[in-house]
Amino acid sequence: MAAHIDDLVDFDVALEKYDPVLGFEVHVELSTKTKMFSSAPNVFGDTPNTNVTPVCLGLPGVLPVVNKTAVEYAILIGLALNCKIAERCGFARKNYFYPDTPKNFQTSQYDDPIAYDGWLDIELEDGEVFRVEIERAHMEEDAGKLTHMGGATGRIQGADYSLVDYNRSGVPLVEIVTRTIEGAGKRAPELAKAYVAAIREIVKNLGVSDAKMERGNVRCDANVSLMLKGADKFGTRTETKNVNSLRAVEHAVRFEIERHAAVLNSGAPIVQETRHWHEDTRTTTSGRPKSDADDYRYFPEPDLVPVVTTAEWVEELRSRLPEPPADRRKRLKADWGYSDAEFRDVVNAGVTEAIEETIAAGTTAAVARKWWMGEIARLAKNADVEILDLGVEPATIVELNSLISSKKINDKIARQVLEFVVAGEGTPTEIVAARSLAVVNDDSALGAAIDAAMEAMPDVVAKVKGGKLQAIGALMGPVMKATRGQADAGRVRELVLQKLGIEG
Amino acid sequence: MTDIIHLSATELAAKLRAGELTSVAAVQAHLDRIAAVDGGERGVHAFLHVNTEEALAVAAEVDAIRAAGGEAAEALHPFAGVPIAIKDLIVTKGQPTTAASKMLEGWMSPYDATVITKIRAAKLPMLGKTNLDEFAMGSSTEHSAYGPTRNPWDLDRIPGGSGGGSAAAVAAFEAPLALGTDTGGSIRQPGAVTGTVGVKPTYGGVSRYGAIAMASSLDQIGPVTRTVLDSAYLHELIGGHDPADSTSLNEPVPALVAAAEQGASGDMTGVRVGVIKELQGEGYEAGVQARFDESLEALRAAGAEIVEVSCPNFKYALGAYYLIMPSEVSSNLAKFDGVRFGTRVLPTEGPLTIERVMGSTRAAGFGDEVKRRIILGTYALSAGYYDAYYGSAQKVRTLIQRDFDAAFELADVLISPTSPTVAFELGSKTDDPLAMYLNDVATIPANMAGIPGITVPGGLSEGLPVGIQFLAPVREDARLYRAGAALEKLLEDTWGGRLIDQAPELSAATTEEVR
Amino acid sequence: MSAISREDVAHLAQLAHIEMSDAELDKMTGELGVIVESIASVSEAASADVPATTHPIALSNVFREDVVGETLTAEEALMNAPDSVDTRFRVPAILDGE
Repeated sequence: MAAHIDDLVDFDVALEKYDPVLGFEVHVELSTKTKMFSSAPNVFGDTPNTNVTPVCLGLPGVLPVVNKTAVEYAILIGLALNCKIAERCGFARKNYFYPDTPKNFQTSQYDDPIAYDGWLDIELEDGEVFRVEIERAHMEEDAGKLTHMGGATGRIQGADYSLVDYNRSGVPLVEIVTRTIEGAGKRAPELAKAYVAAIREIVKNLGVSDAKMERGNVRCDANVSLMLKGADKFGTRTETKNVNSLRAVEHAVRFEIERHAAVLNSGAPIVQETRHWHEDTRTTTSGRPKSDADDYRYFPEPDLVPVVTTAEWVEELRSRLPEPPADRRKRLKADWGYSDAEFRDVVNAGVTEAIEETIAAGTTAAVARKWWMGEIARLAKNADVEILDLGVEPATIVELNSLISSKKINDKIARQVLEFVVAGEGTPTEIVAARSLAVVNDDSALGAAIDAAMEAMPDVVAKVKGGKLQAIGALMGPVMKATRGQADAGRVRELVLQKLGIEG
Repeated sequence: MTDIIHLSATELAAKLRAGELTSVAAVQAHLDRIAAVDGGERGVHAFLHVNTEEALAVAAEVDAIRAAGGEAAEALHPFAGVPIAIKDLIVTKGQPTTAASKMLEGWMSPYDATVITKIRAAKLPMLGKTNLDEFAMGSSTEHSAYGPTRNPWDLDRIPGGSGGGSAAAVAAFEAPLALGTDTGGSIRQPGAVTGTVGVKPTYGGVSRYGAIAMASSLDQIGPVTRTVLDSAYLHELIGGHDPADSTSLNEPVPALVAAAEQGASGDMTGVRVGVIKELQGEGYEAGVQARFDESLEALRAAGAEIVEVSCPNFKYALGAYYLIMPSEVSSNLAKFDGVRFGTRVLPTEGPLTIERVMGSTRAAGFGDEVKRRIILGTYALSAGYYDAYYGSAQKVRTLIQRDFDAAFELADVLISPTSPTVAFELGSKTDDPLAMYLNDVATIPANMAGIPGITVPGGLSEGLPVGIQFLAPVREDARLYRAGAALEKLLEDTWGGRLIDQAPELSAATTEEVR
Repeated sequence: MSAISREDVAHLAQLAHIEMSDAELDKMTGELGVIVESIASVSEAASADVPATTHPIALSNVFREDVVGETLTAEEALMNAPDSVDTRFRVPAILDGE
């Protein structure tokens, strides 16, 4: 079944009539060494069903035991989100049948979260700050991974069968749930993106998650409803599941606002339902309701005992909190000497850490910014992906920069080399060698080309001799042509002057 | 009687240690007994699987170590070489584990339960896996998908349940020791109706890791034996902290063998025994009540102070149990869906989707009683009913604990009949689930409160065994062994020997003739 | 506390993923009715001021250190699988949800 596109109302038109109300459930996979309730390794990408114990497979007779580090990570997240930490909390079973859920129930904290009543200030691109209230952050476990086979699209619809890998089964999750967010108006999609970006930044900064959205380390379910301007009652909401990139969060919220407005304008009610986001079409479709969805039959997990947090424990964890991202940004801006606008662009592009790592790896702040906000950003824009999704490593920038400084390549070639790096051809040095891109520094080869050019253009030579040094540029074309673009322009200039006996 | 199979485990262990007997001979004697009395249409049918090769191999290993002597022999567990039977709810590598369900037919566990790891370490040869009500749901072992077990005292009667296989195996001298599990009486009630000893330890006293969960907050593994002292040894062996079970008590096992040895003197001076008013009288058979009264007299004569205690909330215990237990069952048994292990049954018509495969697998794989409890539990947990049912039942649990707390202010141990009736005839209650549930009325309160309980033989009523139950406060399992061993000694003195030796002979011929 | 209807039982069977024939539903409805009636007194016993007991013995903070332990091999993981492909479990098509 292909996603069908519902009628939409233009975003700005919709916002004239309705106020959007948002809510988010963000799942963060913790980067513990082992799973939430079992000592199986928490590792991404291994051979299916090798990082499993009897507990991860839900075999008969198994029992869960809570990972202490996961609890501490959850508390750290709660503290970073300005939450209160529960003195006592427990786990419950959420019962539903699904083949990726080995026990056919998920162990979750449900209504007994370890952290609650927090807030987070979200700064939008122009510096406006929204306060998002956090209802709770609770611990739970991830499900296994289903791969749908046989259908045309790899989607569940039309698949002949599915394959199940339980390596991810039981990976610790913290689910962060906001209260309803009102008042964002037309900035709702932007706020959505900024909120998820902020959560991602916080958990990465805490060191409690790898926070790679493309790997599903951070996953967002976005709730959207519209209320008529001036109304005092929320509209019916939809929950768009698994919106797994920052851009997708922005697009999904925007799409749902446009779709809701069209439905409401037609006089029909919004159906409270789960929607699925499709990155390819940038639309949502209605998810079929799971048969259990109305009744999860929660009850306290009898196989696990409560978690009791003492003040000492919480304070010890609080002392481990790293510098908050907002403070850190202030410090980095000063250290790097960027202007307000430059720094905001860097932050909005999500490359603060990348620049920090690039500087740490051996470039200046200016060089790092030049690459990340220049050529890499341009490549990302062309490919229509997030900058970080290109996978450029800080080390690559350092390497490119040193190839330029040592005059092995020039700026223009460096940009080409970067494209080849992104295309997966190897490191800059490997690419320069493989594609013979090193600039021609060989004076005899260059000399021959220069002599030929000077002979062909005596008038230019005369001008230069007459003191119009900028006329040298006219010689550049033929020289570059003769060296297939790999001549170092500076060296050409030096050699011309040398040949004419002029001090450079 | 001096033949091998009639020895208690403690006696057998002593002979093994003294070199008067080899473990291979002991194991072979029990295998022979199993072959003689367990099979056939009127066999006891205590075993679902007999583990011949491995049991003999472990026995031979123990014999070799003993024969070689030295440190390795010294280091052997006192019960090394004594064979044991395992309730087929406990997972074992290398032997099938079925939970007496079609759902797990042919399933081989890739891991051992913690108690099995301990038994392997102590080198007790495992004779095999014993029958039970499917997933331990029942009080008669008639709900086994592989046919009922028969009571060795009367082959037309039930051996109790759910652990009828373990109790019958021990009563029929097919094994000196067995493991059971007790969620609402599944060790103690079979013990009572087969004239054997069974103990439900304090919740958390024995690791549940590897016992296929029925109701997690109630389940507990415990010993099934013919003597109180044997249970004490086995309990000490399987007990203790297990980091794989979050509800396991992080405390050393109490000195149970010492308590049983103390009790064996028969002296009960200074021990306050509380008679639970609510667990006698109406609903208890006259013969059961008579044996119970005689036991009280014997204890009084031995110096015990008999007091009456009242537990007014026990009248809600059965109802609360039948909410909590099925609720947990409905969730614990959800994993049996034909995806990762066990039986998969495809729908006979209609579209082939995983939802329908799960539905038809569970329809075909589970028996009626299991389905009944799953549906009941699903109901009790469902939206709109949770507070009235599950929530209320958990409050009743608190009330029952308070009743016990008050009772243990007045008494060191409590006493009641273990089961209101003696063994009933096979098939007589299978169509009346409610009547079946009433068998556990005296055993359920202990599970609800997490406290330990023991059943010891209390004599016969019309030729069938009656069980006497002692209960103790949490962590005070040792008191059960003292009181249990004392009553055992006092009653054996009046009988002139063990009750189990009055059981009718199960001759090979009886079973052979119908084969 | 209402009586349990056949429709209730059909819904519960669906929640519990147990396919039931009409005859089974009828039988189950009758049996559950009797049981539900007999356990209804429980709600009378429990007044609001009585706390719930979720675990018979009150423990807290039972944790495991974050240290990798022994895992099953893929062969062990799949040895009881009703159906599998390479090292993954295979299940028929999924209709519900996504």
